[in-house]
Amino acid sequence: MTSASVAGPRDYLQAQMRWRWGEIAFWLATLLPFSVAPDYLLLASQIAIAALFVLSLDLILGFAGIVSLGHAAYFGTGAYTAGLISKWGWGEPLTGVVIAALAAGLFGYVTSFIIARFRHLPLIMITLGIGLLLQETANSASWLTGGFDGLQGIHTWPILGRFRFDLYGYTAYGYALAVLFAIFLGARRLIHSPFGLALRGIRDNSQRMRAIGAATHSHIRTIYTIAAMIAGAAGAILAQTTETVSLEVLGFQRSADVLVMLILGGSGRLYGGLLGAVVYMVARDQFSGLNPQYWYFWIGVLLIAVVVILPNGLLGGLSLLTRRAKAIS
Amino acid sequence: MQRSLGGFAGSALALRFGVPLLAVPLLLLPLLGASAAYAQDTVKVGLIMSYSGQFADTATQMDNGIKLYMKQNGDSAGKVKIELIRKDTGGIAPDVAKRLAQEVIVRDHADLLGGFVLTPNALAAADVSAEAKKFMVVMNAATSIITTKSPYIARTSVTTPQLNHTLGAWAAKNGIKKIYTMVSDYGPGIDAETWFQKGFKDGGGEIIGSVRFPVANPDFSAFVQRAKDSNPDAIYIWVPGGAQPAAIGKALAERGIDTSETKILGQDALTAETALKSMGDAALGIITVAYYDYNLNTPMNKDFAKAYDGEFHRNPDFFAVGGYDGMHLIYGTLQKTGGKTDGDALVAAAKGMAWESPRGPMSIDPATRDVVQTVHIFKVEKVGGELRNVEIDKVPNVKDPGHMTQ
Amino acid sequence: MPPVFGVLFDGIAYGMLLFLLSVGLSVTLGMMNFVNLAHCSFAMIGGYVTVTLMNHLGWPFFATLPAAFVGAAAVSVLLERVFFRRFYRASDLEQCLLTIGIVFVSIAAAAYIFGTDQQPVQLPTSLRGSIHFAGLNFAVYRLFLVAMALIITGVLVVTLEMTRFGAQVRAAVNNQRMARGLGIDVDALFAITFALGSGLAGLGGALAIDLVGLDPSFAFTYLIYVLIVVSVGGLGSIGGSLAAAMLLGISDIAGKYYVPAIGSILIYLVMTVLIMLRPAGIFGRR
Repeated sequence: MTSASVAGPRDYLQAQMRWRWGEIAFWLATLLPFSVAPDYLLLASQIAIAALFVLSLDLILGFAGIVSLGHAAYFGTGAYTAGLISKWGWGEPLTGVVIAALAAGLFGYVTSFIIARFRHLPLIMITLGIGLLLQETANSASWLTGGFDGLQGIHTWPILGRFRFDLYGYTAYGYALAVLFAIFLGARRLIHSPFGLALRGIRDNSQRMRAIGAATHSHIRTIYTIAAMIAGAAGAILAQTTETVSLEVLGFQRSADVLVMLILGGSGRLYGGLLGAVVYMVARDQFSGLNPQYWYFWIGVLLIAVVVILPNGLLGGLSLLTRRAKAIS
Repeated sequence: MQRSLGGFAGSALALRFGVPLLAVPLLLLPLLGASAAYAQDTVKVGLIMSYSGQFADTATQMDNGIKLYMKQNGDSAGKVKIELIRKDTGGIAPDVAKRLAQEVIVRDHADLLGGFVLTPNALAAADVSAEAKKFMVVMNAATSIITTKSPYIARTSVTTPQLNHTLGAWAAKNGIKKIYTMVSDYGPGIDAETWFQKGFKDGGGEIIGSVRFPVANPDFSAFVQRAKDSNPDAIYIWVPGGAQPAAIGKALAERGIDTSETKILGQDALTAETALKSMGDAALGIITVAYYDYNLNTPMNKDFAKAYDGEFHRNPDFFAVGGYDGMHLIYGTLQKTGGKTDGDALVAAAKGMAWESPRGPMSIDPATRDVVQTVHIFKVEKVGGELRNVEIDKVPNVKDPGHMTQ
Repeated sequence: MPPVFGVLFDGIAYGMLLFLLSVGLSVTLGMMNFVNLAHCSFAMIGGYVTVTLMNHLGWPFFATLPAAFVGAAAVSVLLERVFFRRFYRASDLEQCLLTIGIVFVSIAAAAYIFGTDQQPVQLPTSLRGSIHFAGLNFAVYRLFLVAMALIITGVLVVTLEMTRFGAQVRAAVNNQRMARGLGIDVDALFAITFALGSGLAGLGGALAIDLVGLDPSFAFTYLIYVLIVVSVGGLGSIGGSLAAAMLLGISDIAGKYYVPAIGSILIYLVMTVLIMLRPAGIFGRR
């Protein structure tokens, strides 16, 4: 991405911040399920939660270059925190999300001191190790977490006192979508700021960044903490909308799934993660509906096809196509 | 199209508006399509199981049991035709299970829920059953609290306390004084340990030591050695099905434990067919408690096992019979209600229902809606050159002790 | 001898199995930096080859082992030609996605062809039972496993240290660009090494059945342990993989024997701490 025709860094960032018609269309489209596919609102709410989780991973992977195989640790921390608060009597969802996000952020802050010091394979394995340790600990602490059976007794109060969580999922989707959009706006602002540029520099060449005096470790710790908070918020919404929390929210499967969704959609583009979440979750739902026993096969084929045909994920491939189309016209 | 209301609320509206507005077509009201309060032509059963992933084999066996029942009894239960809608949870995923239960009711207009391999998934779906007032038949998940989570749940499998408490009491009565217990460190394992120890201690036995292994444990030698070091009369083991039963069976033999001197006690999965094949002669003498084994020597079971093997080329196991009897319950209750599918009618019909199953006599306890059945004690012996579970004792009419403490 | 030695021996045997499963991945990851998450699928293929040959065609167990090696190697050659060689220079993430896709496909295919239940294997009588020595029991099969692993380690070391091929492999692992510059056909080298590594995984998978069982989810379950061994041992190092596998096997067993309460987390804790202390692995190069 060259900035040949731009006057200076601040103007460059201003230009990036402008809303493109594609983005506006995307967000308007997220309202469609309410009218066009109300039978799928529950799926849509879980897609919105997954999208929020993928967004948090994109911030650290796509923009800061931290590959994590244990990001579900923060998602699960948020889910259990929100679940426990509700179980202990405070079922108000909005404050619940905030508290859960703070708890996950705290855990993220503490682990970020370790994370910031490693790169590549050691980093991947450390994130994996942290995730596995947390899951085992949660299983052992079954007096707190409910262990294998999961947390029971979660009851979420209506949002703002009026919107009850119904069987169809109207409230669930509306809630998840609203939180996703709000946090997305924040993330977008963050990415198109000097801090965001510094992160991209760290991702591409951290030695050089240090040479020019950027505080790489503290930047990494900051973005990691923010990503942990967002993952925690996603987990909290899952706990609140489904009123269930079990050990798999901390599991390797969840960490692997979110990584797959992000790579599928294209990392480092914010919207790539969202698109990846939509495609993966819808494909999984449809394939599993058609063939409950062997849908794995079709998902595998989808992933292989995307990698072979579209490098840089779906969004990467799309942008390549649009660039070629523009070059031709 | 009435989008804003689902089947179960829409039926009430249809009734209220139909009568004053449509005088002549009143006669045609019974034909007014898919509303829950009326006897229907097709009853849809939403089967929510873990068809893929780690627990896929359990779901396969349960599904086979379901298919066999429908093959033997036709796909009609009295006046109504049964249609199955299968949904995969992919493993332990209560959020997905809950969503699938909601979707199958709201989108596919299912009238009942069935299946449920795993406890967390069953607990999540129980909320949906309670809110939507749908009859839910649990065909496998074995934790006691499940049936308390919704007044519309009935279970046709077993509860962990039912089996392990009985085994503990049996062990104390049959000359075993000191036991070392070893279980997997998660919900069902801990449940089994608690109730086995209770049954054993109430019968006068002494627990001289216990250990819990991690859930995904590939190697048992360390734990088996610890058990051996404490010199018990018997060792009680609980591991989940899959690869672990064979692994621990072999570890016992490798560490030099002689089953004629130190008895080995466990639950059904420990001596499942593939586990026996892998363990070889190391399995001889292991005593297990189970609600079903394909070797049960009753005419009904012999026919069932033969039909199952003919259809699916493998022997049935307790998962299969849970599915088989689950369908029997669904058929039986629908026949009793004349095809009515509202939750209250079906649950009322289920309470107290009793029948002869390949596992023996069983019934649904009217107070707890849980299964009451004969609990069998098996020992591994060589029959015709092959290792089989042979019944050596049984305890009839066992209710779930887990409920009695609530 | 105190009984703990019997237990430790079991831990060593388990570690040897992990070594066999992991050594191929360590070398290919170290040489070509190709993230092959489908490595355990090859192990699974080897396992299923053994089961099919033994249970359906009546082959003796020992004869199935080379077949498992060859079968897994053959599949890996096919996949390498068709897919992998186009992705050597792709990003880590793309390689991850591609190989995860292959894992999913392999699991579904195994479930479809062989069913979802555990595959039993009946060992020949020569490998059953246990030997009594110094008051302890040593399972014959585990002795066999240890012997196999030591033989294979010997063969690998001899190949690497004393053949031209081995010298070229070491050169390519150490500095790929330089090796190419010297005229070594690194791509062909990698194809052969990849096939050998996958074949070894297949052999490991076949040997694993009696110890840890076989079902379609094997490809995913053991991936974590293999990644742990590879990263703790150091990429591209056979000695490292062996040391790491031993260390993990023994600490896992010792932990479970002495302090069962933390038994489950010990292996992850050891891994995390070791990687933090030595990020490049015990014998790693980077």
